[in-house]
Amino acid sequence: MASAATLTGDLSRTSLAVPGMHCAGCMSKVERALGAVPGVASARVNLTARTVTVEHDAELEPRALTEALGGIGFESQARRDLSAKAPSAVRPLLAPLAVAGFAAMNVMLLSVSVWSGAEGSTRELFHWLSALIALPAIAFAGRPFFTSAWRAVKRGTTNMDVPISIGVIVASGLSLYEVVTAGQHAWFDGALMLLTFLLAGRVLDAMMRDRARAGVDALLSQAAQGATVVQPGGTVAWLDAAQLEAGMVMRVAAGERLAADGEIVAGSSRFDQSILTGESAPVSAGVGDKALAGMLNLSAPVDVQVSHAGHDTTLAEIARLMEASTQNRSRYVRIADRAARLYAPAVHTLSAITVIGWLLAGASLYQALVIGVAVLIITCPCALGLAVPVAQVVASGSLMRAGIMVKDGSALERLAGVDRALLDKTGTLTLGRPVPDETVINLFGAEERSVALALASHSTHPLSRGLAKALAARGVEAALLEEIAERPGMGVFARWNGHPVSLRRPDGGKGSAVALSISTSPVRLLPFADALRPDAVEALDKLRALGIDCSILSGDKVAAVEAIGIDLGIATQAQTDPAQKQARVEAERKAGHRVLMVGDGLNDGPALAAANASIAPGSASDVGLQAADMVFVQESLLALPRAVSASRRTMAVVKQNFALAIGYNAFAVPLAVLGHVTPLVAAVAMSASSLLVIANSLRLVGAAR
Amino acid sequence: MNGLLILVPIALLLGLAGLAAFFWALRSGQFDDPAGSASRILIDEDEEGKIP
Repeated sequence: MASAATLTGDLSRTSLAVPGMHCAGCMSKVERALGAVPGVASARVNLTARTVTVEHDAELEPRALTEALGGIGFESQARRDLSAKAPSAVRPLLAPLAVAGFAAMNVMLLSVSVWSGAEGSTRELFHWLSALIALPAIAFAGRPFFTSAWRAVKRGTTNMDVPISIGVIVASGLSLYEVVTAGQHAWFDGALMLLTFLLAGRVLDAMMRDRARAGVDALLSQAAQGATVVQPGGTVAWLDAAQLEAGMVMRVAAGERLAADGEIVAGSSRFDQSILTGESAPVSAGVGDKALAGMLNLSAPVDVQVSHAGHDTTLAEIARLMEASTQNRSRYVRIADRAARLYAPAVHTLSAITVIGWLLAGASLYQALVIGVAVLIITCPCALGLAVPVAQVVASGSLMRAGIMVKDGSALERLAGVDRALLDKTGTLTLGRPVPDETVINLFGAEERSVALALASHSTHPLSRGLAKALAARGVEAALLEEIAERPGMGVFARWNGHPVSLRRPDGGKGSAVALSISTSPVRLLPFADALRPDAVEALDKLRALGIDCSILSGDKVAAVEAIGIDLGIATQAQTDPAQKQARVEAERKAGHRVLMVGDGLNDGPALAAANASIAPGSASDVGLQAADMVFVQESLLALPRAVSASRRTMAVVKQNFALAIGYNAFAVPLAVLGHVTPLVAAVAMSASSLLVIANSLRLVGAAR
Repeated sequence: MNGLLILVPIALLLGLAGLAAFFWALRSGQFDDPAGSASRILIDEDEEGKIP
């Protein structure tokens, strides 16, 4: 089937990804526009996932939906597979957390009564009640740990979940024994609190990881979903991208992206290939020239004979590079995992030695086991489990308020260590949109300005938009024009007071420029430049002060890159393709540097994925956004030093948290080994250490300032 | 002691009711789209052409 459409009775359901939605206004616009399409039964936006689910007649082509959204200015893609959406790691943990929290509170209530002196039958009743609440709750809430521990044990390894599971199960078993034999102590509260704190840590951790989504999917959706194919008889048909084959001829309209690589056989046009190469200026191509999947046809319709389709396209090649690089980075071992690797065997050995020691000292098996469990519970990595996620969640909340979104908690760990930064030029160091030369606009007369604004406002070409924005910012009023016509690839033509006027492509010259021609005055040539982001110089100075070497790594032409490099005083490397960018990152890493890649385009995707840490601006392509660990949404480049220093502060706090957790163990473990720990002491000590770690992490609230 | 026999079950029942409410909310998809739900109250429902 062509899209994500799945048949449910007479209605089909299609899920569309609409990355441009971000507010209530967008939601209602999208839902209303789709509702107006004939055959649509309902449309419901999910703003969190930036998708809209549409129920419609089975005959309705998903393409009609995309076009309806295009009509109101939202780019959208039919999701190829509904099941491709990665399942959230948070939701399965919410129910266990709720149960564990509920049970812990109630059992604690009963335990407090026991500790404050309930005796005899009251204590027995309370213990029985505790057991009644705790056992099913532990069985349910402990499942995430039990299954993970069982998997580890089956493979003959051990992880953090093994001591947790043993501690919880043995504690519950011994407590039950105590209850049945009307003993003094039950440990249910300790076991339940342990589960609650650990699950809270897991949920926070999963929330961080949830934001990272599969980048490769987004990359492949960058290519057009299909193309209009001219068949031998002269008829045209819309074919899905997967059905395209070498030798077919696609008709690509202006404003359409190519779905496959090929050679132009009829017509000529200008193409935006910045997504593939990073080069900012559009490229002209005519009969005989190559055109690649992902390129955007800017001006006139062309016929392209397909040479490579599907997985052979240049675009798919970039996807493969990216996938390979991502696997490379996933070898990075998170601090918490490294700690767990050392921690679990140490705890096991310690409690085993304790049990054996007490047996040798003449204690009964029951006594020795109780003390062994006390050691396991008190060393259980409650505070340790919270040490990393709490700090990361607080820090990324702070960064988010400063306009920097952290997609993966481990990015903070990786970013803290970087000592080399590679920056893309177009769209990263620069704003990625053309800005007209101010000094030339100053030379314009009042009439020229108002005519220029009127002409520019009638086109959606990037240069026109840049000009209209600059003129509107100066308070220029648009002149009244007649007979306005936009000719693709040529410019906007109109009449003003009877004179022909136009804002058009200049006859010659290089770089981006437009010619403003008014028949009564000489033609004006207005050059455009891609402006540097504000605070670029200050941001690079601050990065240097943080001990990070910066250089430019761009796909644009040497001259354009060098000009920026001289302005900023940093080294440059120009005209690199995606594979070269990736190779440069790898080379730096081999040389022992930890690399931060900052980039926005599809061509930066593999490099972003290969670097130790990566940041993309909010204006980046889908692929850039997916591949990067962090995204900054404001224009200023100061976000970079801010993110680096915030991540370094986070790592400092994480290390303090580990020190606190380990210090607590160093203090509590000897007491437990010597058999001095009662349930009250264990519960208080465990909560206190967790709360201490949380309080310490809250100091990061202002980390991004 | 008599007070406890009444109060303890009441406390447990109230807690269970809260837990049940949470599960109901989780099942009925109220945590599916937190960002969208927060924005949706801003949409003016009285406008024409509203989509159910």
